[in-house]
Amino acid sequence: MIPTSDRPMVEADRVWKSFGKTQVLRGISMQVEAGEVVCLLGPSGSGKTTFLRCINHLEKISAGRLLVDGELVGYREHGGKLVERNAREIASQRAEMAMVFQQYNLFPHRTVLENVIEAPVRVKKEPRSEATERGMSMLARVGLADKSSSYPGQLSGGQQQRVAIARALNMRPKLMLFDEPTSALDPELVGEVLDVMRSLAEEGMTMLVVTHEIGFAREAADRVVLMDGGIVLESGPPQQVFLDPQHDRTKAFLSKVL
Amino acid sequence: MIADQQETIRTADVPEVKAEPVRHPGNWIGAVVVLVLGAMFVHTLVVNPNFHWKVVGGYFLSGEILGGLLRTLELTALAMVIGICLGTVLAVMRASDNLIMSAAAALYVWFFRGTPLLVQLIFWFNISSLYPRLSLGVPFGPIVVSGSSNVLISAFTAALLGLGLNQAAYTAEIVRAGILSVPVGQLDAAASLGMSNLMTMRRVVLPQAMRVIIPPLGNETIGMLKTTSIVSVLAMPELLYSAQLVYARTYQTMPLLIVASLWYLLVTTVLTSVQLRIERHFARGAGSGPVGTLHEFARRAFAHHARFRTPAPAGAAITGGR
Repeated sequence: MIPTSDRPMVEADRVWKSFGKTQVLRGISMQVEAGEVVCLLGPSGSGKTTFLRCINHLEKISAGRLLVDGELVGYREHGGKLVERNAREIASQRAEMAMVFQQYNLFPHRTVLENVIEAPVRVKKEPRSEATERGMSMLARVGLADKSSSYPGQLSGGQQQRVAIARALNMRPKLMLFDEPTSALDPELVGEVLDVMRSLAEEGMTMLVVTHEIGFAREAADRVVLMDGGIVLESGPPQQVFLDPQHDRTKAFLSKVL
Repeated sequence: MIADQQETIRTADVPEVKAEPVRHPGNWIGAVVVLVLGAMFVHTLVVNPNFHWKVVGGYFLSGEILGGLLRTLELTALAMVIGICLGTVLAVMRASDNLIMSAAAALYVWFFRGTPLLVQLIFWFNISSLYPRLSLGVPFGPIVVSGSSNVLISAFTAALLGLGLNQAAYTAEIVRAGILSVPVGQLDAAASLGMSNLMTMRRVVLPQAMRVIIPPLGNETIGMLKTTSIVSVLAMPELLYSAQLVYARTYQTMPLLIVASLWYLLVTTVLTSVQLRIERHFARGAGSGPVGTLHEFARRAFAHHARFRTPAPAGAAITGGR
């Protein structure tokens, strides 16, 4: 499946990010086309999660350019100069993309359904009935329609993560960011979350997934990107990268995880 | 399904757990001592005529006392409203990344916690000696309205300002602790859903912080109920001062102090039950996650005492959401 669009969904051009003196990203360039599923792989501390958070402007980049759907994230170009966007504009940019976190980050004081409809109702000002109806169908999609009135604390980790995906989906995002969505789960619960993600990928959702699940990357990804030390080591279709890695460090990493 | 049958049908050869419980003779001796002391106390209340229970009964519902009680309740409620509203604003300012904002909030807390409440009350009452007239207008510019401080700041206003502003400093610290107890991942989630800072605070952070905020705030409210008695220095006839006014005439000091104390106890009891209700409301969703309820805490902390161990009905019944 090769979707066509006139501009990439994510476009990173030499993105740098440092925390104090620590340089976490050192010139990341990559593109994610609309409808593409890209998996970000690499050892811990390689900057994958930071890069994902930069796309959502949860972190500000230090240098380079980062565009989502043709728009600079967090900034506007004005007469050749960069102008910081105000909080409301940043919020509305964020509402266009959804993020799923390693620790689920569901709102524990709200029921599953309330979690799923909170942002559509409060942020997008949708009628409650409409958000609820769609929210229930999203919950059904992740197989949790019967848990709509439970509280997150009453669910297993895998169920909570599926609720988090339903919450993200209910924003009808054009891009979904997954930050190690299965890393906090017990091994027997990983599969149910990956199944949901796989079906999303098949439906053509644009997804950028930071993961350690090589199996998922091999089956579901259109492209994998290998990062280490804040740079992109190599990228390409999974078969190519996994079977014929070019870089020594890629080979070393793959030999540990494959 | 063989496995299922093994689980569902317990055959006779599986032995029951019928262990002899550990004996706690210390508990029995302690209980007897406490009961005897309690009986002695009740006995003396009844037989000692100096308590003058008739006088207590006579004044309990008298107009003077009830008027004082009303004034006490009014002061407590209004001072807490000021304290909580201003305290929350201060806590949010303190958490702000604007240096001026957070420094101003820290300075406020430092000042109002650092000076005696009694001094603050007298200060507000005598504000007219510093500023004979109070006016509202453009900073360093023309004045729009103006009035005499003595008229604007009555004894009641001075009491309210003293109690409320002081309470705000303490409440700010309580709310700050509550805000800090909310995991940062909640902020990430709210931001990624496009929620504004204000919305995140109102819909995500504060409702979760409430679990931590309510118990100490209940404490503060009950404390305020009795702290209001120090406004007697401003000659405000609240509950205690009203009782004092009576016994200054009748010399029935003890009975009237008992009347006032009984009312304080009664109101405290009501406030405690209100606090429990509010706590239960904000405990939604807790207890089954990483944070537990007191009941759950007790069950685990005393688990080594077999007699505290409840039969654990599949976890669900312990808190079950609401």
